[in-house]
Amino acid sequence: MISELFSVTVLIGILASGIRLATPYLYASIGETFGQRSGVLNLGVEGQMLLGAFAAFFVALTTGNLWFGVLAAMIVGALMGLLMAFVTVNLHAQQGISGIGFYLFGLGMSDLLFQKLMGTVETVKGFPPLKIPFLSNIPGVGEIFFNQNILVYGAYLLVPAAWFVLNKTTLGLKIRSVGENPDAADSLGVSVARVRYFTIILGGVLSGIAGASLSIALLNVFQQNMTSGLGFIAVALVYFGGWRPWGVLGGALLFSMVNSLQLWIQVLGIPIPSDIAVMMPYVLTILVLVATVSRVRAPTALTRPFERED
Amino acid sequence: MPAMKKFFQSDGLSRLVDSLLPIFATLAALLLGAVMLFLLKVNPIEAYKALWDGAFGSTNAFAETLVKATPLLLVGLGICISFRGDVINIGGEGQMIIGAILATWVGLTFTGLPGWLVVTLSMIAGFLGGAIWGGIPGVLKAYFSVNEILSTVMMNAIAVQLMNFLLRGPMIDPSQAELSSKIPQTARLLEIFRLPRLAPTRLHLGALIAVALAVLVYILLWRTTLGYRIRAVGQNPHASRYAGIKVQRYIVLALLLSGAFSGLAGATQVFGVNYRMITDGSSSGFTGSAGFNGIVAALFGQLHPIMTIPASILFGALLVGANKMQRVVQVPSALVIALNGLVVVFVVSIEFLRRRRQRRRLAAAKQNDESPPSPEPLKQLETGT
Repeated sequence: MISELFSVTVLIGILASGIRLATPYLYASIGETFGQRSGVLNLGVEGQMLLGAFAAFFVALTTGNLWFGVLAAMIVGALMGLLMAFVTVNLHAQQGISGIGFYLFGLGMSDLLFQKLMGTVETVKGFPPLKIPFLSNIPGVGEIFFNQNILVYGAYLLVPAAWFVLNKTTLGLKIRSVGENPDAADSLGVSVARVRYFTIILGGVLSGIAGASLSIALLNVFQQNMTSGLGFIAVALVYFGGWRPWGVLGGALLFSMVNSLQLWIQVLGIPIPSDIAVMMPYVLTILVLVATVSRVRAPTALTRPFERED
Repeated sequence: MPAMKKFFQSDGLSRLVDSLLPIFATLAALLLGAVMLFLLKVNPIEAYKALWDGAFGSTNAFAETLVKATPLLLVGLGICISFRGDVINIGGEGQMIIGAILATWVGLTFTGLPGWLVVTLSMIAGFLGGAIWGGIPGVLKAYFSVNEILSTVMMNAIAVQLMNFLLRGPMIDPSQAELSSKIPQTARLLEIFRLPRLAPTRLHLGALIAVALAVLVYILLWRTTLGYRIRAVGQNPHASRYAGIKVQRYIVLALLLSGAFSGLAGATQVFGVNYRMITDGSSSGFTGSAGFNGIVAALFGQLHPIMTIPASILFGALLVGANKMQRVVQVPSALVIALNGLVVVFVVSIEFLRRRRQRRRLAAAKQNDESPPSPEPLKQLETGT
């Protein structure tokens, strides 16, 4: 049975689902990267994802239009982000703790709405695979990379886009300066509050899409607490990736490839207890955090509210 | 009029208002909850009445509230320690699970020993299990600078899978192992190994232990060197280092102790309430999310062990009352989880107000000091009394 793991079809299967599974992590982690680079730790990602997942699913189910679903998830995420921004920027609330509050709020609210508006678990026909002409015909590679649904492609395009914005634009410079030295940024006329509002709301929007990618593109159902810790992992991947989009991509891929491998191990019936297999990505993440974290420095002003000295 | 103004700005009252701020936060959350209920076309008054009845309506209801409050208080006590040390422990869920597993193992293994001894050993095992599961992230933070929020979250996920694995395999109830259903649960504890109950309710000795420990944690934090150092490291690690405190050691200790109390919470759930471990695959299936809600309770109690007692009862009441609310007005109890989240957000937001008022008080006091000393009558003239 172990030998089956090394057959070409299985390997392609593992890689293709690994690529697919990274999607929600990428959206959420890239969003979180923007927030943390501007000095804000958003621990409420999980709650934003759950509400986004529900909004996308419910709207897609009732209107029959998947894009309306994505839009709904973005709006819900933006609203959650707006609240989070107000609480952390204007009220200087402790970020880690208020994040837990937003997580609990999203967890309870998505469950409440699900039970009140739907009641039973339903399925929706999610985004279909979109073959990229020519590229999808390349043997192996085509199946792995170019036969995915549109939200998967979007997640991977987001990585270079985020890198470009953060490193090559004035906006990115402002975000980074606000995260490293808000006092200096402020004295140069950058509005710390405005930049942080922008990054937190952007993070909310992307977390919303991350939720939508679960409920209407990957799993095509909505259930209570369907993210089950995924949002927290997404936050971990930001540290893991050293606050850089490409690093985040590496972390997301590693995590989801191991996850995909463990799913296939179960499918193939290889005698490793499934519970132990599910544990692997988490253990691995801790180990890699131990190995990498000390090399990369966090944004200096991370979790510090900004207050102008009068 | 200036006298009145003076009165409202007086130090004592200002502090009183501060200590009442969490109550305002709860009221604000309940008010928002009422709006939500209204939007769900439910009469908020009826719903909240059901919630109140469910939590305090009868002796049994109140006992259930206390049963629910017990793990919240125990987890909350641990949170008081770690948050005071500026260590954010989100691993309560996992620490509860590991504590419960170790305690259950002791209870199912040493069946030949006297009851009081096994119960004591089990509680210690739970304490140790949580300490290990909290200590690991502590070491990772102190010596490898791995963010504790992340590691504790990962440790939660690992603990859940470990529980699922053990309850499906090595620790499964022997009678279930023979059946085809194979419900993932352990055997039941012997009757002599159960924490005594206040019959006919389910209120068990764990509640009393938790209250006693609250006093102990208060003494630990404010009357011992260990507690002083944990708080010093939390307030200013750099100054502490200069003062000769081994900062890393106290970071580990803060997380380790914090985990230990959660582990004990898990152990008392098994020995006081369920008498066995059973899993539905998720962590909340065993913990009832006490690992998270305990954080809420501790924050609400302003990270003070004694204040965490009433806070735990409040949130226990909300959780128990929510079930009744669900039955009477058909509002999913998930509403209360959402409201808990709002309470957390409001409490930390209000904290800002409190700090600002504190600064104003300080500034006012400073101004008074700087003004030249004036004879008493003149002062009275100024204030118009």
